[in-house]
Amino acid sequence: MSLHIKNGRVIDPANAVDTLQDVFIENGRIASLGEPPAGFSAQLEIDATGQIVCPGLVDLCVRLREPGYEHKGNIATESRAAAKGGVTTVCCPPDTIPVIDTPGMIEYIQERALEVGLTHVEVLGALTQGLKGKQLSEMYGLKKAGCVGVSNAYHEVKQQVMRRAMEYAASAGLTVFINAEEESFSAGGCAHEGQVSVRLGLPGIPESAETIAVARELQLIELSGVRAHFCHLSTAKAAHMIAEAQRDGLPVTADVSIAHLFLTEMDIGFFDANCRMKPPLRTQRDMEALRVALSQGSISAICSDHQPHDVDAKLAPFPSCQPGISSIETLLPLTLRLVEMELLSLPDAIACITSQPANILGIDAGQLAIGNAADVCIFDPQRHWDFSRSQIASFGKNSPFIGWEFTGCVTHTILDGKLVYQLGE
Amino acid sequence: MISQNIQLDAQGRLRHLLTIEGLKRQMIVDILDAAESFTSVTGQMVKKVPLLRGKTIVNLFFESSTRTLTTFELAAKRLSADVLKVNVSTSATNKGESLLDMLRNLEAMHCDMFVVRHAESGAAHFIASQVAPHISVINAGDGRHAHPTQALLDMFTIRKHKKEFAPLTVAIVGDIMHSRVARSQIHALTTLGVSELRVVAPKTLIPNHASSLGVQVYHDLLEGIRDADVVITLRLQKERMEAALLPSEHEYFQQYGLTPEKMTAAKPDAIVMHPGPINRGVEMSSEVADGPQSVILEQVANGIAVRMAVMSMALGRAPEGAA
Repeated sequence: MSLHIKNGRVIDPANAVDTLQDVFIENGRIASLGEPPAGFSAQLEIDATGQIVCPGLVDLCVRLREPGYEHKGNIATESRAAAKGGVTTVCCPPDTIPVIDTPGMIEYIQERALEVGLTHVEVLGALTQGLKGKQLSEMYGLKKAGCVGVSNAYHEVKQQVMRRAMEYAASAGLTVFINAEEESFSAGGCAHEGQVSVRLGLPGIPESAETIAVARELQLIELSGVRAHFCHLSTAKAAHMIAEAQRDGLPVTADVSIAHLFLTEMDIGFFDANCRMKPPLRTQRDMEALRVALSQGSISAICSDHQPHDVDAKLAPFPSCQPGISSIETLLPLTLRLVEMELLSLPDAIACITSQPANILGIDAGQLAIGNAADVCIFDPQRHWDFSRSQIASFGKNSPFIGWEFTGCVTHTILDGKLVYQLGE
Repeated sequence: MISQNIQLDAQGRLRHLLTIEGLKRQMIVDILDAAESFTSVTGQMVKKVPLLRGKTIVNLFFESSTRTLTTFELAAKRLSADVLKVNVSTSATNKGESLLDMLRNLEAMHCDMFVVRHAESGAAHFIASQVAPHISVINAGDGRHAHPTQALLDMFTIRKHKKEFAPLTVAIVGDIMHSRVARSQIHALTTLGVSELRVVAPKTLIPNHASSLGVQVYHDLLEGIRDADVVITLRLQKERMEAALLPSEHEYFQQYGLTPEKMTAAKPDAIVMHPGPINRGVEMSSEVADGPQSVILEQVANGIAVRMAVMSMALGRAPEGAA
């Protein structure tokens, strides 16, 4: 299959490209930019006049719900949602059932993803066996099977085990992905400990649940020398601590979830279950500080933290609802809002959802270099649209952004040179 | 899903009573006036009125209660409604779906009102968001969130003794952190515009950001109740010691328990209130609980009139003379 994308504005932050030019794709790879390669004939032409052509999005945290939670979604439904969102690589955390702590599980998930063929799936292996926080997982084996890092998701790991796990991961050359939350502080909580939790009488999760964990893990990162990534920071203080650690030369990176850049505790209103999140939505001040950290680069990536749910998961009193939102389809349009707000330039914003997350994962996706897999997202930056429940391709309709108006809409998603999504089809 | 306050209808009338928050001052006054109309000039309760004849009210208590359940039941009976009490074992309703299934079943039996008590904050809002349009929901206490009828009966009791709210200094003493009663009282008292509202407890029992609710925070009892017109104490649950929030009941009483000596810091005509049941020798001594300043038993009696008012208004049958 050969493909010719005509007249688009090509933005490829990793290679400092921002220019009007054509893209030529052959055999699933980027064949050339600007001029067609010798003897090129296009089987398919896409006219991208007025559109932006950028690398396919790389999403650091997507729960595909398979295996183990198929009542909330599966690799097929969520890959379709990814394609609709312009996302061509998703990274899936290890807290599936069974847990991703064996090479067999990694192979299973990647085979299923390949079978569906709508998005690439990268996998984080479990840091400890069964995520139980006791015994180290076979990290060398997991790495050989293709995992891009290890994580214990939100499952608790005692400090001594965490230290050893980090040391072992460092030996295996794996990045440790950390969800920073001090369990004893967050247990029972369901909203940020602040004005809204006081008003609604909701058990709170204090800011210190995050900062204590970040402070502790930073010490262990220094001790072990492991490369570490902090997933979805939610507080101003934690963002500040990460920036400081980076200045001190620690090999740490961090991301923020798209929801935490646009929503605060106030959005809970009167117990809106779609605003129940982990980490919880914080204050306006936190949200603004996260935006600043993003613009200054100490937080280098934005992820969707996509968590599709079945309807029943949110049909309960707020404290009993399951946390998380279905968000992969709103990652791009919300990121574009940051450009509109003049917080990020368009290439920098695109970098936060393409090349930067790819760097964190240590993969060569997220760029349009010649010879790279042709994973491309084409979007119309002017197109206005209203986000409604009926448009959601994901199995999970649990989005707090339903009813929002967006500017900027994915028109084509190309995976390995194949068109996997086209607007209106 | 539940982004706005759903307890008022498009005309601003009471459809559910879920929280005091967001009720206009006039609405609170209307409820208190309606409650007044259920008591005769001598202060005796009117025994029975036919306002809700033919209506079916279900008490759905997912958490045990004696006083609140009894007064709701009495209130419904005095309004001539049919009352049904559903025993709900909490274990059977751990899942939202079975809670919803239960609601659907009760709806199918043509009930008109659910009076709901539940251990989780937001449960009443959740149920109100799910019921058929003809059903009213009255929150009889949800987690730490709200207990609006308790707060209204407290306002009714204060009004009986103090006439006007504007000049009052009110102190709420005790476990603010876990108290739905306190949250509802705070919303009611700030809406009615008392001059000063204080909360008094050690830091472990007062949430951070409490001042955002419009209260002054005190950690010293005598300072907190100084020159107060109304002193409200809250029930202290035994679990607070286990959760390392307090060392002992003994020390709590020493520091925060009301005694006749400590009450001299308040105004001489101050009244003492408690939502019940009292832990004597913990929140207050028996001399205070049974003393001349205590209005605790009046609160219980007033609870029936206030609940009659709320139920009749929510079902669109307010008593004559009241709004």
